[in-house]
Amino acid sequence: MSTFEFLLQGLVAAMEPMNLLYALIGVTLGTAVGVLPGIGPALTVALLLPVTYRLDPTGSLIMFAGIYYGGMYGGSTTSILLNTPGESASIVTALEGNKMARAGRGGPALATSAIGSFVAGLIATLLLAFLAPYVVQIAIKFGPREYFALMVLAFVTVSSAFGDSALRGLTALFVGLAFSVVGIDQLTGQTRLAFGVPDLLDGIEVTTMAVAMFAIGETLFIAAQGMRGPETVEAVKGSVWMNAQDWARSWKPWLRGTVIGFPIGAMPAGGAEIGTFLSYAAEKRLTKHPEEFGNGAIEGVAGPEAANNASAAGTLVPLLTLGLPTTATAAIMLAGFQQYGLQPGPLLFATNPQLVWGLIASLLIANGMLLVLNLPLIGLWVKLLTIPKPWLYSGILVFATLGTIGANPSVFELGMLLTFGLLGYVMRVFGYPIAPVVVGLILGPLAEQQLRRALAISQGDVTYLFTSPIAAVLFVVAALAFIVPLILRIRGRGEVLSQMAANED
Amino acid sequence: MPHWANGNSPAHNHNLRVQVTPTEDTALKPFFLASILAGAIALPAYSADYTIMAPAAPGGGWDQTARSLQTALQEEGISGNVQVVNVPGAGGTIGLAQFASQQKGNPNALIVGGYVMVGAILTNQAPVTLKDVTPIARLTGEYEAIVVPASSEIENIDQLVEALKKDPGSVSWAGGSAGGTDHIAVGLLAKAAGVDPTKINYIAYSGGGEALAAILGSQVTAGVSSYGEFQSQIEAGTLRLLAVSSDERIEGIDAPTLKEAGYDVVLQNWRMVAAPAGLSEEQEAAIQADIKKLVESETWQETLETKNWADTYLAGDEFQEQLSKDIASTEQILKDIGLVK
Repeated sequence: MSTFEFLLQGLVAAMEPMNLLYALIGVTLGTAVGVLPGIGPALTVALLLPVTYRLDPTGSLIMFAGIYYGGMYGGSTTSILLNTPGESASIVTALEGNKMARAGRGGPALATSAIGSFVAGLIATLLLAFLAPYVVQIAIKFGPREYFALMVLAFVTVSSAFGDSALRGLTALFVGLAFSVVGIDQLTGQTRLAFGVPDLLDGIEVTTMAVAMFAIGETLFIAAQGMRGPETVEAVKGSVWMNAQDWARSWKPWLRGTVIGFPIGAMPAGGAEIGTFLSYAAEKRLTKHPEEFGNGAIEGVAGPEAANNASAAGTLVPLLTLGLPTTATAAIMLAGFQQYGLQPGPLLFATNPQLVWGLIASLLIANGMLLVLNLPLIGLWVKLLTIPKPWLYSGILVFATLGTIGANPSVFELGMLLTFGLLGYVMRVFGYPIAPVVVGLILGPLAEQQLRRALAISQGDVTYLFTSPIAAVLFVVAALAFIVPLILRIRGRGEVLSQMAANED
Repeated sequence: MPHWANGNSPAHNHNLRVQVTPTEDTALKPFFLASILAGAIALPAYSADYTIMAPAAPGGGWDQTARSLQTALQEEGISGNVQVVNVPGAGGTIGLAQFASQQKGNPNALIVGGYVMVGAILTNQAPVTLKDVTPIARLTGEYEAIVVPASSEIENIDQLVEALKKDPGSVSWAGGSAGGTDHIAVGLLAKAAGVDPTKINYIAYSGGGEALAAILGSQVTAGVSSYGEFQSQIEAGTLRLLAVSSDERIEGIDAPTLKEAGYDVVLQNWRMVAAPAGLSEEQEAAIQADIKKLVESETWQETLETKNWADTYLAGDEFQEQLSKDIASTEQILKDIGLVK
């Protein structure tokens, strides 16, 4: 049977009324847990495993797939409306999305993220269906040196993309990098900068840091302004829906986000966040409205949201073809497979085609269902912003605190939340961008570990880093991304200078 | 040399009365799900007959063990209500510390743990150790497998050891976290082959899965992890299995044990369940009885089969004795590798 016939057969299986019901339960639960910080899709699937034990494998996997995609959708809602990223993949969404929401454009921001997620999910699921075996061959070519080159590229593009001042952006990035070395060093098992505090052994939790810096810092900042603060929150200005210009400015970022997110998700050590960083940096560079970045540019929501959903589908590539879970949720889905005696791996497509194609088909259906479920809710969500400011921000505080405790029940974690909240406040007061801190915290350990692994494999030979074609290309792109803007700036300044000289007469 | 005994397989008793709970009405499912979610928010729930701590994030081996225990205890009617709490971090030592201090004397609390914890306590110099809890029983175990990519020139374990002897640094090993079972396996093999264990070039990954990608991509010379991590790749012929770390040949696995190949290394990545310290003898006996009933139950045996976990049940004093042996030999090898001073 051909790939296409299998997919059609899968669609028929997934369209059965009971399976549709499981998909609906899955996406509803997924959206709900995505909205709540602290309860991620991984925990939800784990809680449901014993319940689904009695369902047939197709039904329960369809439900898990719904939760997985739903979680990716839900995470963006709190990012945009409350500046509280529910998970690390929606941190970038908060940057422009929350600015849009506070300018009365929360509706279009939520809509572009929902539709972008749908478009990206659709394309990426089809890519998963038709290209998985090939994509994975490329993905495993990525060894430590290639990952390190990718991280270098991410650092270069990201550090220049956040904030107006490169110096301030880099300062914030290095603060994040400094925090990222806290904890047990994975390569040697030795503890660094934990000062005997057991809670620090595993490093600083990214979501705790993100919620603290964004939500708590913001709340403190608003509270400190007191009554003098400008009344900037405007619930709805103009239509709740996207207008023609929004569409025109969104569709290209959706497609670019998909192209960036899918392959990175498919890499065994990729992770959804890196795709969102790269997508944000790309949109900022390509936009025709650079002045809007930092003040609510719709491209900055559309691209990263598409990227994080595309990488969610990408994650399933190594899971289904290698049996390799690259995220916590994928790990639990793997446990779900094993519950039915199925071992995902190179033979799964051959031994259980019905199941694999049923899963892929149900991802397509879950994706459509999410759009239907989420678009009507936008009108309701934006009403949240009409809550008076003191109530809204105290609500955000409660929400952020509960989420942190839910994810990690410890007093120390709460202390960290408040401390980083204070840090976020201070950085805001002095005009430092917040996002690079979180970016440094995420990318730092990845870059460090991959570099050290590469050097361990080559026994200290640095040239090893550049001798792989993929790594070499990535390093060249990174170098260009660093040098080209410098040259442009120098030439630009030259023109301005000569113009000024000419005007003097 | 450490010589860790293989687990005794317990007597299978199929005559036990199996209590089957009726299937939930489908219409009730949404409520059921809602209550589960509510339960997740309102941690911890004290109404449970047992609260099992999985000192790891959802998805890992300990989490799966805890949740399988939950299912089996409830299905078999051994316990009415079982909750699972995840406290991730630092090879289980964060969860262990919290468990030892907060649950002392509580006969309704259990914690899942395993061999990885033994190593983590030593490398992290954790203030709370397994002495601060009451080990109840070893439940399952997995053996380590040594593999190379199918395209590798290395055909058998002797060739690999030969290369290791010639230049220890040139043989890179991918496996799980530093100081974990995989790392210890390589250290033990090096030592048994007469190679200085501090010279091994071990590349630590966050887990067997990530290491698998590096092995498949031929980024490293060889890989070492639990057999289960590699099983589907070995069956598909993309990885070549060189040896396993069991005491005797495992049925259905076509590879010599390290012992057969002449290296006196037997290593098992076991998982256990423990209770808090400060229990009375009756309380401890009651938990022992519940776990024994669980291990002999059909649901548990089915779980072991579907998850490919070996039944290595060992309880009471025998387990305590085995545990202290494991701790002593692990400390020795971690010192030899240079991870523990």
